Amino acid sequence: MHRYFPHTPQDIASMLDKCGVSDLRGLYSDVPEELMLTAPYALPQEMSEKEVRDRFGAFAAKNRKIDVCFAGGGFYDHYVPAAAVSLIGRSEFLTAYTPYQPEISQGTLQYIFEYQTMMCRLTGMDISNASMYDGATATAEAMMMAVAAAKKRRRILVSATLGDAVRRVVDTYARYHGITVDTIEAEDGVMSVAALERMLEAYADVAGVIVAQPNRYGIIEDFTGVADMVHARKALLIMNCIAADLAALRTPGEWGADIACGDAQSLGIPLSFGGPYLGYLCARKALMRKMPGRIVGATTDDRGRRCFVLTLQAREQHIRRDKATSNICSNQGLMTLYVAIYMSLLGADGLKEIAYRGHQCAAYLFESLMAAGGCRLKYPGQPFLNEFLMEFDCDVDLLMERSIEAGILPGIRMDGNCLLMAATEMQTREDVDCLVEIYKSVCEN
Amino acid sequence: MNRELYGKLVFELSRPGRRGYRLPDNHIGEVHTEGGQQPPVIADALLRQQPLRLPQCDELTVVRHYNNMSTNNFGVDTGFYPLGSCTMKYNPKINEEMASHEAFVNVHPAAPDNAVQGNLELYYTLQRSLSEIGGMAEFTLNPFAGAHGELTGLMVIRAYHDARGDKARRKIIVPDSAHGTNPASAAVAGLEVVEVKSRPDGTVDVDDLRPLLDETVAGMMMTNPNTLGIFEKDIPEIARLVHEAGGLMYYDGANLNPMLGIARPGDMGFDVMHINLHKTFSTPHGGGGPGSGPVGVRAGLEKFLPNPRVVKIENADGTMGYRLEMGADALGSISATLGNFAVQARALSYIMSLGSEGLMDVGPLATLNANYVKECLKDDYLLPVEGVCKHEFVFDGLRDKSEHITTLNVAKRLLDHGYHAPTIYFPLLFHESLMIEPTETESKETLDEFIAVMHDIAREARETPDVVRNAPHNTPITHPDDTAAALNPVVTFDALEQTEE
Repeated sequence: MHRYFPHTPQDIASMLDKCGVSDLRGLYSDVPEELMLTAPYALPQEMSEKEVRDRFGAFAAKNRKIDVCFAGGGFYDHYVPAAAVSLIGRSEFLTAYTPYQPEISQGTLQYIFEYQTMMCRLTGMDISNASMYDGATATAEAMMMAVAAAKKRRRILVSATLGDAVRRVVDTYARYHGITVDTIEAEDGVMSVAALERMLEAYADVAGVIVAQPNRYGIIEDFTGVADMVHARKALLIMNCIAADLAALRTPGEWGADIACGDAQSLGIPLSFGGPYLGYLCARKALMRKMPGRIVGATTDDRGRRCFVLTLQAREQHIRRDKATSNICSNQGLMTLYVAIYMSLLGADGLKEIAYRGHQCAAYLFESLMAAGGCRLKYPGQPFLNEFLMEFDCDVDLLMERSIEAGILPGIRMDGNCLLMAATEMQTREDVDCLVEIYKSVCEN
Repeated sequence: MNRELYGKLVFELSRPGRRGYRLPDNHIGEVHTEGGQQPPVIADALLRQQPLRLPQCDELTVVRHYNNMSTNNFGVDTGFYPLGSCTMKYNPKINEEMASHEAFVNVHPAAPDNAVQGNLELYYTLQRSLSEIGGMAEFTLNPFAGAHGELTGLMVIRAYHDARGDKARRKIIVPDSAHGTNPASAAVAGLEVVEVKSRPDGTVDVDDLRPLLDETVAGMMMTNPNTLGIFEKDIPEIARLVHEAGGLMYYDGANLNPMLGIARPGDMGFDVMHINLHKTFSTPHGGGGPGSGPVGVRAGLEKFLPNPRVVKIENADGTMGYRLEMGADALGSISATLGNFAVQARALSYIMSLGSEGLMDVGPLATLNANYVKECLKDDYLLPVEGVCKHEFVFDGLRDKSEHITTLNVAKRLLDHGYHAPTIYFPLLFHESLMIEPTETESKETLDEFIAVMHDIAREARETPDVVRNAPHNTPITHPDDTAAALNPVVTFDALEQTEE
């Protein structure tokens, strides 16, 4: 038997006997003969741990070694504290399922409650759920939530400055869910408030407006007056924000938004080539019963002890079935633990310091590139925190290639000979200087 | 598991002036480049107005806090977890190590294809492995969870009909025994759910199905074996009827585990399927995620799979490589990235560890364990559907109902004995459903101990019913007030402090 199976031949024989069949295939007498597999899967044979390790080592060896990451676009290279990694691995957390039995799941329920609190404080919202896959799907869920809250109105306006990948997911959900999505045009790299105003006047069926902060170009947008304008048409304002940046930036709550959503990867979750990450979804209290996904609430037990349970389950898909407005179950539980531990270790000072360091390093990179010449901000004059869109005169593909050869991912390749470049607390002056030297050598080509 | 409640919240451990971090020195300081252009100024109005309040803790305080919290949790590594429909099998440790390989953990998802050939090969290898196991032509690994896979699969079905100009097909047939997520996913995908009735054994009533099949049917969703753990033996006939009506067959992979080594959904006549990697392929459930819900399709439907897709290509030098592609016929995108890569890595590690022969044993051993427990307990517990089950089965509560001991009581009493409870009150076909799934990684000794405890509980229900009725007795908390929690939801520490005042 394989090392994962405890059955001895004697066990199998006595268990089969109890079941009244003579062999294991006898347990499948109800499966039509023509469906039964006649040969093992065409897959490699059983491997020892060492062989599995070697095989994975071979995959890893095919990746090019990148030590310095100036790529962002919603996902950032932040340091993951050793304590977070260690605690995440505790098998009481790792190998548990959804906390359906609160009596033996207080660990899970308690960290989700802590996570909800921290996310509300970060976004300036009243409530938070704890089960979105990633920032893109969380934004799509926010859209469906706005449509459900608006009853008959099924149009969503989306700023052209929302990231492409998020927009594609929003569009896909909208198409199948019967929601009309219109784009609010951008001017100088930010959403045109005048265009939004025109669209709100033109359409009577707007359920929600989705804006991005910082936006797809790293620009910090000014939403003065936007919430009032949206609310005057009885629509909801949805802000897609990079979670960690809210330690420094005006919060969705402070802008008057109704729903805050986005990716929480920036709060200590490793890059891991795209996942698992964590979508966050926070809202004003009035939207509590429209909120999809798991929510943990505080209560007491029969001995007066404070404890936590999954609450408001009547909202959820397994109860509402085809009346549901979301099919979200429990997800990313462990990632909410990552975020809770990360925020507990870093605290408000740590998060602010990280935001400041990112800005500082991005500013140094920007200044160094400007000093070298041959490049410029795609949208000059627009403020950024830790990410900016640079337009280059040189061959950007060559710059990408030369940088990667040196172990540096210089940013994300964008249309129009541009690079979207981001910095965090992870990159140093030497890293920036190195990238700028490579850039200069490419310019000389 | 620690049976004393730990119960503190991190906010209560916070003291001003403590910190649990130090940032690396970036050597930049306030220096600016000579004569350089400074970045645009960020106006004060764009900055956070209210101070952020987060815990202030040193590292040990945080470590002890979460460690202590974890001791009030029950996982597969703690003890037997017979939660029906969730396939709580052992999660091998090597998988964790493989997923946290440094070369994967630090890779940005936007890195160019030529820098991440190893990751793309890993994705492609798992994709091919699942295709072989599912009997499908191709999989996407992008969906993040089972429910996300269902939604993606239903979008494939809609994209297929739309591409044929067959736009009236908006009905999806779902058995009344289905998981609640099936109809919810269908509603989100813009499909109209039509329920088909089950026969007394929980299998689809083919006579009830026939009249539902017309030119408005997009397809049918099935879980096979179904949620009662019974194999749908009419599946070839059902698939034929649905196909004749122009619909597609969707396989909900929630119950794939017992079919490993036995039969493949593709051979059963299914066109689209999803697999829960966190069930069948042993990736840890993580207290409710992260999971992964790859979606497979039969030949001819590949082009509808969501973007981006990983395709194998021949490089200029004749070697093979991988590339991301955005297909024009795709249903769209359901994720910003290629899905939960670290979960995919765990599943591939598991498939490699088991190998072809090991995978062949998964289904039969899971089914053996389930049938053994069922046969040993059916004298005390009411078995509504006789005969062999697959990986799980459902009791309709205790046989002896004289003391009105409910399934909830039995479940809670199990907690006292150091077991996780089975799934309760699902499926909805019975009043007192108690759904048990032992999985293949549990030993006969573990099952025998569990069986003995279940018999003890049945005896207690007759002799000292209040012990069962008032269970649990020795868990970290007892009888939490769910009603109060829902009536007046307190979902943050700040709201909690206000109520306590």
